[in-house]
Amino acid sequence: MTRGTDSRRPRAGQAADQLPRLLPADSGTGSSGLADHIDRYGPLRSAGLSRQRREALIDEVDRSGLTGRGGAGFPAARKLAAVAAGHAPIVVANGTEGEPASCKDKVLLARSPQLVLDGAVLAAEIAGASQAVIVVHHSVREVVDAAAAERTQAGADRVRIRVMTAADRFVAGEASAVVHWIEDGVPTPTRKPPRISERGLGGRPTLVHNVETLAHLALIARYGASWFRAVGTPAEPGSMLVTILGAVNQPCVCEIAIGTSLQEALGLAGGASARPQALLLGGYYGSWVDMAAAQAMPFSSEGLAFLGAGPGAGLIAALPQDACGLAETARVVRYLADESARQCGPCLFGLDAIARELQRLAEGRTSDLSLLRRWLGQAGGRGACSHPDGAAGLVRSALDVFKPELGQHAQGWCRGTRTANVLPVPPRRQP
Amino acid sequence: MTAGTRLLADPIACDGRGLCAEILPELITLDDWGFPVIRDGDVPGRLTAEAREAVRVCPKLALRLESPAKASPRP
Repeated sequence: MTRGTDSRRPRAGQAADQLPRLLPADSGTGSSGLADHIDRYGPLRSAGLSRQRREALIDEVDRSGLTGRGGAGFPAARKLAAVAAGHAPIVVANGTEGEPASCKDKVLLARSPQLVLDGAVLAAEIAGASQAVIVVHHSVREVVDAAAAERTQAGADRVRIRVMTAADRFVAGEASAVVHWIEDGVPTPTRKPPRISERGLGGRPTLVHNVETLAHLALIARYGASWFRAVGTPAEPGSMLVTILGAVNQPCVCEIAIGTSLQEALGLAGGASARPQALLLGGYYGSWVDMAAAQAMPFSSEGLAFLGAGPGAGLIAALPQDACGLAETARVVRYLADESARQCGPCLFGLDAIARELQRLAEGRTSDLSLLRRWLGQAGGRGACSHPDGAAGLVRSALDVFKPELGQHAQGWCRGTRTANVLPVPPRRQP
Repeated sequence: MTAGTRLLADPIACDGRGLCAEILPELITLDDWGFPVIRDGDVPGRLTAEAREAVRVCPKLALRLESPAKASPRP
């Protein structure tokens, strides 16, 4: 069973059911050095793994049920195995986090960079890669550079670690866009096929894993699958980082067991600061859900499916009573349309039209709801990436959850009285 | 044509010229901006010739037929 993993017992700090696993337990903001890191988690023997051991580790990850934490939720072991089967692969740790509302990858990299590097090096060793590229948001570049330098100095790894600053764009985090960025300095998605797991960086099989996924991987290799499964639900084991913002007392990034109720999750952010009317779940490709319907629901794919939502990349944004959900959505969708890579017609023209129509609707101007719905129906599956699909899903959920307001807006009435926006959107870039 | 053959567009290459929709209106319609919307599902055998023709005439080489053997398990 777990014989394949490090036989060292987890320390007190790593009791299976104790959270946080990924972030330092203290409330400090600094990152810990390599020595502190090893002291907390124990050493990770990743260099020179035998083939048997590498296969055993993939099996262990498979048993753990770890899924990608970047939003898509694909089984991590299957991605690992696919790339490990290829010739001369390369590993990319994706910490791009282009989503303006999400901070969980930045916080993870700032506070536990060694754990992410452990995971990246381990994934490279398992896949048979000699290099791992760590792509991180510019705000945490220095911390990650320092962490990588410390490892080099200690001679910790056989795998070469290269750190790169991510492109600051919404679509830059999509896996093929990350590869495109590393290779050509262009942060846009590329056509599929070929899949990057078959032909990515330099034509080599490329494994792109979100940084949080890799951090979990580093712990599964140490403590085993059953340790990982001690929290979470049987179908969706483990913990995940979430970013909680909006109408809460202490907006924060924290780690929750998958399946924790939304009410409880909001409690970790100091509770709701004003009675929220709705929650945006998952991210800007996510879904609005009604607060009353959602609060008792578990934060998991299974639990949120009833509401047409999912955990996505772990965003939980609480919309206060005095904000207008239609206006918030219109603002976000305008941003998403502007962030289009402008490569695919349905995204470049379709998403722009959707954003314009939604804005008219939110402003109480003459708008055509049936036209908007027709465009939404055409947005799915027609781009090189899921940018139009994600944005359309967000709009659809807004039309559903804020349905009563559609009529009110048509009559020139809006519940929004606050001037501050709830969902963060960067200033509009000059085209 | 093999059962399970699907018609796929490369949305990056596609320029919305619309020839495909003229040749194969049964499976391809155009959106409000002239970009193809391909009906879900397999290409029926009776439309094989038209489907091949649509692929052949695309000036951007953006259309292709994918047989089930090559179909990828991941989207």
